[in-house]
Amino acid sequence: MRRDTANWCAVGPSLVAGAMLVARKDLAIEYRTRAAFVSAVVFALLAIVIFNFAWDPTAVSAVELAPGVLWVTFTFAGLLGLHRSFGVEQLDHAMDGLLASPIARESIFLGKAAANLVFVLAVQAIAIPGVALFYNLPLDRGLLAVAGIAVLAAIGLVAVGTLFSAMTVNTRLAELLLPMLALPFFVPIVIPAAQATAKLLAGRPAGEVLAWLRLLLAFDLVFVTGCALLFPYMFEDG
Amino acid sequence: MTANIQSSPVAMPAPGRAVDWIAILAAVGVIGVFVRAMFFTPLELRQGAAQKILYVHAPAAWVAFLAFFLVALTGALYLWLRDERLDRFAASSAEVGLLFTTVVLITGPIWAKPIWGTWWTWDARLTSTLFLWFIYLGYLVLRGAIDDRRMRARYAAILGILGAMLIPFIHLSVYLFRTLHPLPVLASPDAISGLASGDPARRSMPPEMLTTLLLSIAAFTLLYVAFVRVRYRLAAEQDASDAHGAA
Repeated sequence: MRRDTANWCAVGPSLVAGAMLVARKDLAIEYRTRAAFVSAVVFALLAIVIFNFAWDPTAVSAVELAPGVLWVTFTFAGLLGLHRSFGVEQLDHAMDGLLASPIARESIFLGKAAANLVFVLAVQAIAIPGVALFYNLPLDRGLLAVAGIAVLAAIGLVAVGTLFSAMTVNTRLAELLLPMLALPFFVPIVIPAAQATAKLLAGRPAGEVLAWLRLLLAFDLVFVTGCALLFPYMFEDG
Repeated sequence: MTANIQSSPVAMPAPGRAVDWIAILAAVGVIGVFVRAMFFTPLELRQGAAQKILYVHAPAAWVAFLAFFLVALTGALYLWLRDERLDRFAASSAEVGLLFTTVVLITGPIWAKPIWGTWWTWDARLTSTLFLWFIYLGYLVLRGAIDDRRMRARYAAILGILGAMLIPFIHLSVYLFRTLHPLPVLASPDAISGLASGDPARRSMPPEMLTTLLLSIAAFTLLYVAFVRVRYRLAAEQDASDAHGAA
């Protein structure tokens, strides 16, 4: 145990171990207050309910409406948590401490993103049944598949969102700038996620759903890699 | 009295500023191309005069995407070399690119209304261009929201690179719906093989129109260079005056 600590001081923990440390720290902070989680869940449920009144129920059936509602709510609720991700590091210049630690910059990014992923998925775990309940979805046949889409969509969302959270927190317009930068990047997440969900609920063949899932997977691979590689360049010595 | 005259900021020509020949050439080129497009290029059979907007729309779209590609490229080079001239160029290119993207988004609907019967449709090209515009805007707002010059350059470079990665994804995801936009006139395989074979029947466009379009693309590219040069000079002078003010 002691030798481990000594090693860390010299070379730092490995990429994954470092990321786990950062993620555990962030989740512990969030678990103790649950402030962001509660507000994101309440926001998501309110959005789901309000969307219901935005359409004429005789013109658009609930099943056609639900995928759009689900994924639009998902992006906006995600933004709420993302802003906090680096917001908590501003207090007492905690970010400087994190940067000075022997944890690789890529690990910091991946850890932050992992914590955000847990956060977004926890919100989804309540929002998806919420949509199913309020919109009378036949989720019994596709619950697992929708959960899979949610995981793929959440990975892409937190990859881009975590990077922009780190960026915008240092600017003058922080809360306003994050959605402005991040939302265009959520478009190639929302379209495939909503389309795949709609196809699933309509009972379309699996091949049609898979085409959209491949697009989501490609987005995840490109942007998780891209953002993790670009994150260290945010800093002067990067 | 003498001191008064010296401190007066009025009518002091900047020392050693030569005539900007590239800007003049670009302006003459654009005017010339428009004259050619209006009076010396035949009318399209089915679309009539509405088709003339192609000579503004397509070259502007070319410049918009070229400018954005250069923003991403110089951003990546900046992260590598940390030369502030690269950042200045990226900022200039983004601003000029926003201008040309706006031109694309205005001329498109003007043409689409009489031809398609609708101002806007969620076609892949239209949507990608719209999001290109949003990213340009976000890029410039981000730059405006950061005071530290080096931090601004790094963040902007990262956003520029990510934006270039995003556009193909938006295009692809919207393309998986149906697409309504006319196919590319110049770059389609059929048009290229038609040009190469020299057979007029296989060309997608009469040679007079094609010449006008190519000239227009050249003129617009020159206009882009001229604008970026002006904007770059301004940025360099701003940086110099900031440095002077800080010292």
